Amino acid sequence: MEKHLTYTVFDESTWCSLSETCRLCKVEDAFIKEMVQEGLISPAGSSIHDWHFGAQELKRIQITVRLQRDLRVNLPGAALALDLLEELEHLRSLTK
Amino acid sequence: MKFIDYYQALGCNKDATQEEIKRAYRRLARKYHPDVNKDPNAEEHFKEIGEAYEVLGDPEKRKAYDRFGRNWKQGQDFKPPPGWDSDFNFNTSGRSFSGTGDFSDFFEALFGGNRFGTGSGFGGRGFMVRGEDIHAKLVINLEDSYSGSQRTITLNKSTPGPGGHVTTQPQTLQVTIPRGIIQGQQIRLEGQGSPGMQGPNGDLFLEILFAEHPIFSVQNRDILLNLSISPWEAALGTTVKVPTLGGPVDLKVPANSQTGKRLRLKDRGLCTKTQKGDQYVTLNIMTPPAQTPDQKEFYQRMAEIFPFNPRR
Repeated sequence: MEKHLTYTVFDESTWCSLSETCRLCKVEDAFIKEMVQEGLISPAGSSIHDWHFGAQELKRIQITVRLQRDLRVNLPGAALALDLLEELEHLRSLTK
Repeated sequence: MKFIDYYQALGCNKDATQEEIKRAYRRLARKYHPDVNKDPNAEEHFKEIGEAYEVLGDPEKRKAYDRFGRNWKQGQDFKPPPGWDSDFNFNTSGRSFSGTGDFSDFFEALFGGNRFGTGSGFGGRGFMVRGEDIHAKLVINLEDSYSGSQRTITLNKSTPGPGGHVTTQPQTLQVTIPRGIIQGQQIRLEGQGSPGMQGPNGDLFLEILFAEHPIFSVQNRDILLNLSISPWEAALGTTVKVPTLGGPVDLKVPANSQTGKRLRLKDRGLCTKTQKGDQYVTLNIMTPPAQTPDQKEFYQRMAEIFPFNPRR
């Protein structure tokens, strides 16, 4: 059976508040705060009340959740892995 | 049903200690984690490793598996002997994997798909569990993004039945590929993840990957093309038909162009309503080989006429 589905796209126009981000990524806001403190994600906005997150931030949150769950990586470890993975992706795009 | 050699999956000997099995699993899990390993088969591999560890990492299940496993080989047709598990009482821990988290038929037949735990009392006791999100990669062509398209995808979804037993069923979904989506971006389909237990369903996230294109490459929203031209086209200028994702267009090559010159076709890249991409055409001047005496003489005359040293 085929259904027509509604969808949302995470792209350059994605702009999510803290509560939306928690809902989309299924995490608690305390976890997001920890990630921000760790420098793992950098929301736009000067205070926590007007924090906003883009598609790249959402993806980093999701990957961190999976790395923690599947590989028991802690936050600094996840931050390091994410930075290295991005670097690797950049280098791959240069050698293409 | 095919027999699965879980020792082979973890690269361990049959007499490996629990500690060795754990170490092998952790090493392979790091290597094949789908967020770390870009190979499209990594996810499949990661699930196999997880399933192998679900069995071999648990001494009770391992004992049961070993009891009949010694007579079977990877990929052999297999049917569990009746009553084989009567001495054992399994409680599948519900370790979650990235992706759909479903186990193979082989695993389900042996250890029963009760991965939510036996006796945890689903069914009418007001115990709510949100369905898990499913993360999957969707490989599309550049053309799919350029003009937007529809894709039919099939997912294996674990559906909890009565008594907490889980069955895995393929489900077909019609997915809209929005115009201008680019690699790494995600499509979120609300409620299309794993079904919840008296709670909301999880969501489905599809991460876009582009398939290799025979002529174009892509950089963010821009499409890149190498275009070979002749020396006279480069020197005198010309108009060439070049392919774009939207069909061929005329490209004006200005006189005295050099190899490596980049020409821009505005808005011929991957565009959305708000974001624009261009196509960049990089010129590559090909010189015809001088084979006949006439042709050699022609090059000789060029050397005389052009006061030109490309190394200065």
